[in-house]
Amino acid sequence: MINNEGIIIYRDVHKWYGDFHVLRGITFTMQKGEVVVICGPSGSGKSTCIRTINRLEEHQRGEIIVDGIELTNDLRNIEAIRREVGIVFQQFNLFPHLTALQNVSLAPFWVLKMRKSKAEEVAMKLLERVGIPEQAQKYPAQLSGGQQQRVAIARALAMTPKIMLFDEPTSALDPEMIKEVLDVMKNLARSGMTMIVVTHEMGFAREVADRIIFFDYGQLVEENTPEEFFHNPKHDRTKLFLSQILDY
Amino acid sequence: MDENQLAGYADKNQLPPPSERIPAIRWLKQNLFSSWFNAILTIVSTALIMTIVFGLLRWALEARWEVIPANLKLLLVGTYPVEYLWRVWAVVYLVAFLLGFSSGAHGGLMRRVSTTAALVSVVLAVLPFPWGTRGWLLGIAVAAAAGFGLGYLGKGIRWCKRLEIASWILSFPISLIFLNGVGGILPVIKGRTMWGFMLNLIGAVVGIGLSFPVGVLLALGRRSKLRAIRLVCTAYIEIIRGVPLISLLFMASIMLQLLLPASVRPDLLIRAMLTITAFSAAYMAENVRGGLQAIPQGQYEAAYAVGLNKALTTILIILPQALRIVIPAIVGQFIALFMDTTLFGFIAILELLNITRSIMGNLEWRGTIFELYVFIGVVFWILCYSMSYVSRRIEKTLGVGER
Amino acid sequence: MSNKVSSSHSVPFWRDVRVLRVIGQVLFLVIIAAGILWLLNNLQVNLRACGLRISFNFLKNTAGFPISEGLRYNPTDVHGYAFWVGIVNTIRISLIGIVLTTIIGTVVGIARLSSNWLVKKLAGLYVEVVRNIPLLVQLFFWYFAVMLTALPMVKNSIGLPGSIYLTRRGVYLPWITPAESFGTWAWYIIGGLVVAIAVYVFRRIQLKRAERPGFPIIWAGTILILILGAGWFLTPGNPLALTIPVLKRFNFEGGLWLSTSFTSLLVGLSVYTGAFIAEIVRAGILAVSRGQTEAARAVGLKKAHVLRLVVLPQALRVIIPPLASQYLNLTKNSSLAILIGYYDLMNVGTTIFNQTGRAVEMILLIMASYLTMSLLTSLLMNYYNRRMKLVER
Repeated sequence: MINNEGIIIYRDVHKWYGDFHVLRGITFTMQKGEVVVICGPSGSGKSTCIRTINRLEEHQRGEIIVDGIELTNDLRNIEAIRREVGIVFQQFNLFPHLTALQNVSLAPFWVLKMRKSKAEEVAMKLLERVGIPEQAQKYPAQLSGGQQQRVAIARALAMTPKIMLFDEPTSALDPEMIKEVLDVMKNLARSGMTMIVVTHEMGFAREVADRIIFFDYGQLVEENTPEEFFHNPKHDRTKLFLSQILDY
Repeated sequence: MDENQLAGYADKNQLPPPSERIPAIRWLKQNLFSSWFNAILTIVSTALIMTIVFGLLRWALEARWEVIPANLKLLLVGTYPVEYLWRVWAVVYLVAFLLGFSSGAHGGLMRRVSTTAALVSVVLAVLPFPWGTRGWLLGIAVAAAAGFGLGYLGKGIRWCKRLEIASWILSFPISLIFLNGVGGILPVIKGRTMWGFMLNLIGAVVGIGLSFPVGVLLALGRRSKLRAIRLVCTAYIEIIRGVPLISLLFMASIMLQLLLPASVRPDLLIRAMLTITAFSAAYMAENVRGGLQAIPQGQYEAAYAVGLNKALTTILIILPQALRIVIPAIVGQFIALFMDTTLFGFIAILELLNITRSIMGNLEWRGTIFELYVFIGVVFWILCYSMSYVSRRIEKTLGVGER
Repeated sequence: MSNKVSSSHSVPFWRDVRVLRVIGQVLFLVIIAAGILWLLNNLQVNLRACGLRISFNFLKNTAGFPISEGLRYNPTDVHGYAFWVGIVNTIRISLIGIVLTTIIGTVVGIARLSSNWLVKKLAGLYVEVVRNIPLLVQLFFWYFAVMLTALPMVKNSIGLPGSIYLTRRGVYLPWITPAESFGTWAWYIIGGLVVAIAVYVFRRIQLKRAERPGFPIIWAGTILILILGAGWFLTPGNPLALTIPVLKRFNFEGGLWLSTSFTSLLVGLSVYTGAFIAEIVRAGILAVSRGQTEAARAVGLKKAHVLRLVVLPQALRVIIPPLASQYLNLTKNSSLAILIGYYDLMNVGTTIFNQTGRAVEMILLIMASYLTMSLLTSLLMNYYNRRMKLVER
């Protein structure tokens, strides 16, 4: 279904964990090729929000439309959306019993039904793209955190997604490894990928993001260009947050 | 800075560890006589050990050990006809061959296990058995060596691993059919409830083998999000674990035929095997569940996110990891099950423990009760202890392996 | 262009996740129910063929077989009562076995951590030997080889210090029995307990009000002992009598007689389970790291208080759940009694089956009895775990 209103549309999305109201009416639209950075204090619902896009969390009210497909209880819609959306987790979540190459080629082989040799070829190309072709035969435990996260990015890209989600991709990394992961992400952004990135890396946000969204208490507090966001935030809550994370 | 420079820097400040050798007197003082209380303990336990050792020695020298060799065939394979004993040996060779093959292909722990097995068979062959038996025993080492050679040659080949797994799995039904016989090809052997120690082994292997798939399904069911499935699986597991095995055997012996249509009348051994499978499955499920619980939620999420459905996620991602964690627990369960097979005697199956009654009933061997029970105890002990030793080694290697 | 998307109204039910979940469960239940119905139908057909109907009325018929130990029982009593005697016997062997095995297990578990090399190895040897030999082999060893073969006849019994006699017919121990004046003294017991509990509660509240530490149980215990002691002297004659087994013409008289079956079962179960408990105790002690002990000492607690307030509670939290499952194992394993002639519920149950041919009913009764015990234990454990979780937070 063609749709020029946006590749991701959120309309008044709500979610509860028991009594706790995590998402309190989120509304926003994203265009194809856009890079959006979401930031906010921990527990503000930003992770939950992006995880609702591919149904790792179920939203209870409102509409989420991804590339013209509404996310409902329809099994086919969920599967279709999951094929179009890749996600990279904070804890990498690589499959520890498979090599880096197998981690990447698994989904093309089983889900896209590629021939094994073809799937491995694709996987190898992606490992080259993220800069670690020489680690292909190693197991996750033998790789550094930065290398693991790059394998995870390659794994997500293997399904040729239209949208990539990043859920705090550098928070679990040692400082010296953050750059290698951010570099891969920058390249990806430049290649025109639609990306939503939850992160505290403000340098990355300033450089790469088309828009920054600020979350607090499950609400979308502010939505702005990086320029405006850092130099001229509209909302007091944003100012406080920025002063807290930028001041030391 | 290149890697070598870095390594050199790290080496420079490293000192050798202090020597840990202690003179014998100091060792004695530290470990046995560190205080007056410890000294008393040492003396008391020495006295205890002396009493036990001397008592055992004196008894062992007077004991009528000839009861064991005279009845060895009866104890190990019961009434299995002598002219068909080669079938039992063939099964032993098959297992030895596969062990050798696996050890050739993998090395490590497997290699030590198969080497030990081969060595034991050679040592046994030196003992004063009849010459025929000695030849058969040596054959075990030969089979293991042949398997080793083939496994070593096939090490790098891709299909070799698949072949190995397939032959291990297939070896169970093949062995059972071979021992029992098939109508028309191999003569069927009568009286299969009287095969002595062989029944203990078959019972444990069949019990674990058949309960494995059932247990995995039950464990998955117990963790299911669907309430009805979870409830039924939990109920089954808890009921089975709540009653003693002997009550289930009792049920199998008197009630199972009432639950089946009149045309189906499984014999006693089949019923015993079904019972031990049903029993073992509940415990297997709990072990597997422990493994499943150890898999972080992120693994499921990552699998769903790359587009795998639930079934594929379970088969490709979750189970391989969970089952690897629970290997030691499953070995432990196998040992327990192996020991539980002695309860088969309760439903008149002549396994190792029960078959001793027929020996004790023989006037010639009156009063050899100690000798027989000690023999049974030693047989079980050696097998169970070595299995639990291997499982502990597996546990250690799992800790450092690919995880 | 239009913004029309596939909305939730148009989802066909075979693709709706929620509907699929319900269908899956219903289908599963139907299959299970069909299986059970099939079995029950077979049962009915088979029973009808034998001319039987399921009914528990036979429990009111006279049992007619003897039970040599346990509650007072006559062969003229009914089957239901005979089964009850079996249940009580199972509980009896289990409770006494649990006490004995806990003692063995604790001693061996501590010995495994002893600084004495010999003691440590000896304890390790015990655990490894006992755990790797089938329980039934061990029970047969104790029963047939030790009790019935190695021990002497009553005439040449082995006497141990304290008037304990080991014979082929069982073990004879001195025992305390209530005498005539026990009834009077019993009032002191009841009164003492009431006062002690009152003191305990009072002291506890007092301590809490004053916000001070202390052990009210010591107060209560002292008072109870004082009252019992006073009662002992105030009651005319001795309320309890010690009876000592004495060898008469054919047998011992007086004292407590433990039958051969009971003794072998008790020793076998306790020795076997003790090896497992030893490992649990050892793991529990190891789990409380040395740092904890040192921290507590550094705060200035006395050594006894360190054990009572810091080490024990933490070790117990690790120990108690697996310990409970070992107790349950011991109870279930006591069903092996049937193979060495002790009249537990399994044994009585099979005897009743042999007499009446009531297979289904007896199996239901036996299973229900064991399940009740398991269920009670796991309820208790759940309660304990929930309390522990609360403490953790």
